[in-house]
Amino acid sequence: MSGHVSQTAASSHSDHSASPWGGGTSPYKVSYGKMMMWFFLISDAFTFSGLLTAYGFMRHKYEDIWPTAGDVFTHFPFYDGHIELAYVAFMTFVLIASSVTMVLAVEAGHRMKKKSVQFWMVLTIVGGAIFVGSQAWEWYHFIHGTEHGAYLLEDGVTVMRHKIDPQTHVLDEGVFLVPVNREGSLTEFSGFREVSGHEATVMKSTATHIHGANLSHNEYGVPLFADFFFFITGFHGFHVFSGVIINFIIFLMVVEGKFEKTGHYEMVEKSGLYWHFVDLVWVFVFTFFYLL
Amino acid sequence: MDARDDIYEYSLDTHHSEEEGKKMRKKFMMVLGLLSVVTIVEVAMGMMWSRDESMAMFLKVSFIGLTLFKAGYIVMIFMHLGDEKKSFQWTILAPYFILIGYLIAICLNEALYGGTIRPAIENYFGF
Repeated sequence: MSGHVSQTAASSHSDHSASPWGGGTSPYKVSYGKMMMWFFLISDAFTFSGLLTAYGFMRHKYEDIWPTAGDVFTHFPFYDGHIELAYVAFMTFVLIASSVTMVLAVEAGHRMKKKSVQFWMVLTIVGGAIFVGSQAWEWYHFIHGTEHGAYLLEDGVTVMRHKIDPQTHVLDEGVFLVPVNREGSLTEFSGFREVSGHEATVMKSTATHIHGANLSHNEYGVPLFADFFFFITGFHGFHVFSGVIINFIIFLMVVEGKFEKTGHYEMVEKSGLYWHFVDLVWVFVFTFFYLL
Repeated sequence: MDARDDIYEYSLDTHHSEEEGKKMRKKFMMVLGLLSVVTIVEVAMGMMWSRDESMAMFLKVSFIGLTLFKAGYIVMIFMHLGDEKKSFQWTILAPYFILIGYLIAICLNEALYGGTIRPAIENYFGF
């Protein structure tokens, strides 16, 4: 009863309707679904920012012994040599391009062009699939590692390949580069020293020969690098994967003609927002993981 | 209700004409070109100077700057946030920048001082 009265009272004041916050209208001029997608993306952005900040923190702490991504990700399909980061740059381009095809699908939806929406959505899905496939390929190479591998010493120290001249393979000839003061954990890291001769032989006899990376060891350096790599790119890859699935479902709805009936293609726009967000996150992962 | 020119109509039933569409498509293609060029420049810079210690700081700053540049275009053009109402833009961006600024400030501060944290982590991870 009282609710009814106050409602009537509010609507009788003409100055209320002049303000966008006076009630009865959407002050942001954004539909509920689209706004909720934005809020979801903000929370997701917090998650990724937290992960990348944690990564940055550790990387900064271990600046001197952190693997350089340019040394790790050098593979390129159908090419035996090594090119730094070329494939990752290609992946970045694919994702940006699929972001453009998505925005073109949204634009076509605004003109109610069903055929055109279908066409651009197919390209977006294909782009997403290529990206996920590329990521799997990159994981494969990171997990399998290089031919000559690295040595994991008894106390858990990885003798890093990239600190050793890869041309001469000093490692195989019995010379180690190990961190100075690695026994005294209270001292700061102060560079590497060369170990050779008898000491090296003893070290080698107790060391494990490792290839590639997993969650407990990493041929390329600190295991933490691999942990972060698997977690961050894995979490992002899962987002891309679910984005491809969502886009595919929306694509089927477009083909069915569902949005012709409702009169607008806002659903394409909402899945588009998610897809662009995935691209946005990759731009940051690319910089903080591969470039810096 | 008075006509308000600060409200950009962009909601549930927004449609636009062929002509506007053509303009928008041109803009998207330009953004694609721009983002691709920036990515290529980034990789080239990384290849040229990643071994050069004296360039390290310059590289870091410019990589982060270029990334924010790319992110701005993705959010404002591709995600259409630039076309939304000002109040909505603030609602989305302000909480993010406040909280992330806070998080980064804390982490930078903690990462910058010497050996007090590091040994604990070292014992755990082997270094």
